[in-house]
Amino acid sequence: MTSGLFRRRNGATGWALSAPATLAVIGFLLVPIGAVIAGTFMDPRGVFAPYISYFNSGFRTTVLFRTLQIAALTTITSLIFGFMTAYVVSRAPGKLKSLLIVAAVFPLLTGVVVRAFAWLIILGRNGILNQTLLALGITSEPLEMLYTQGAVIVGMVYLFVPLMVLSLVGVLENIPRDVLQASSSLGASPLATFWQVLLPLAVPGLIVGAVLVFTGSFTAYATPQLLGGERQTVLATLLHQRAMVSFDWVGASTIAAIMTVITITIVLAMSHIARRINPMAT
Amino acid sequence: MSDRPHPFLIVVTALVYLFLMLPLVIVVGAALSDTTYLTFPPQGLSLRWFENIFEISAFRRTIITSLQIAFLGTMIALLIGIPAAYALNRFRIELPKWLGTLFVLPILVPEIVFGFALLKSFTVGTGAPIFLSLLIGHTLIVLPYVVRVISASLASFDFSVEEAAISLGSSPVKTFFTIVLPNIRAGVIAAFILAFITSLNDVSVSLFLTGPGISTLPIQILAHVEQFFDPTVASVSVLLMFLTVAVMAVVERTLGLTFLAK
Repeated sequence: MTSGLFRRRNGATGWALSAPATLAVIGFLLVPIGAVIAGTFMDPRGVFAPYISYFNSGFRTTVLFRTLQIAALTTITSLIFGFMTAYVVSRAPGKLKSLLIVAAVFPLLTGVVVRAFAWLIILGRNGILNQTLLALGITSEPLEMLYTQGAVIVGMVYLFVPLMVLSLVGVLENIPRDVLQASSSLGASPLATFWQVLLPLAVPGLIVGAVLVFTGSFTAYATPQLLGGERQTVLATLLHQRAMVSFDWVGASTIAAIMTVITITIVLAMSHIARRINPMAT
Repeated sequence: MSDRPHPFLIVVTALVYLFLMLPLVIVVGAALSDTTYLTFPPQGLSLRWFENIFEISAFRRTIITSLQIAFLGTMIALLIGIPAAYALNRFRIELPKWLGTLFVLPILVPEIVFGFALLKSFTVGTGAPIFLSLLIGHTLIVLPYVVRVISASLASFDFSVEEAAISLGSSPVKTFFTIVLPNIRAGVIAAFILAFITSLNDVSVSLFLTGPGISTLPIQILAHVEQFFDPTVASVSVLLMFLTVAVMAVVERTLGLTFLAK
């Protein structure tokens, strides 16, 4: 009885201590976003009118598919290179390993604008890459590399590879070495150990990393704005342009709702899958 | 499986690191250039573009705003985030599970959507000043980092020590400040640094919460790049990188750098 009373008081203390943060998230994040999404269903033209007009616009559907495509290609590229790098980093001897981790953390702590700007200098018409290509005689006139989908993807991969490496190093280090040694001592070739032991054990971590990169690149603003410009408009830049240049609040809200629903769906679905297929889970 | 990775993987790793480092080296080179246009390698070294940052009033103003917002936002996030993280760990059984998820929401929902929603529903709706909206936005985007890092350091804290102090007559509040807080000091420092840097670098939320005369540094950089193609932005970038290096040195001194990789 007394312990029950004590418990209830404890619970109340817990609620009281977390109340300021809870109210801040609900009041300034959930309610405003909820209001934006709810607002799109209150259009005088009809409940789904903003969505119908969104998907009837060839330009806007192109932007949606372009954004999905850029995010998918960024994720796949970051997964491949991130996994190989993380594998080498996780095997590196102590001192070298911390150096490699620091070298991956540093770009991550450098702002997105700075990192996009770096590629502006490299890929520009008179940029370093064009100057080099011209000097080597590989091309006779400067290539148009900026404002292409390739430029945006390179910038995004640059943004997200360190994140992928760092999250995968953690995953790979948590795989017990005994398991890998058991595999090779039982006669499996290094390649077989990789495909049949290491990769399946790393899949949940790969999914988590992929979700981070996909949602990050799906909603990124600065990189597509600087390296893609108007020619490579994505959802984030379209949202900003609709809201701040055209003052089309309904259009901007519709884009915001589409981005939120896609992001949340992917996060929930993938984390569900990651939990289900985790071979280390009991 | 032999411990040494395949040579092919080592070559790929070396190329990935070259890919990560080279652009930053190029920015530093461009910042030191003597020319009025962006070029690399620099033709003649000079620091004139660093002086130029402080001659442009928009840069001066936005640097101050960014530092103010980052500092205040981080402090508020610590003020509300530490009690929340403490409650989540101490009253794990009593509090519902969704509460922990709630504090992750600000990094789960697209930041650009959050920035737009805050502008539309709060700033425009209530007529709140831009500075206040910016501060609220930044507080919320750094809150998940604060709660996560503090929770991680509380996870290894033995709460029976706290109970011992309380049963020996110390008040709960006094116990928190004399027993709990000193034990999670490293976590608080890490949370502060991570939150400060995140706020300083933020683009997507600040993008909507700028008005006449008020803006943050990353937004000013974006605006400058779209109008001028001179090395000023490269110098600002180098200043920000120096700041990052300084911060990493502090982390290294106090916690060891592997802390950041966790």
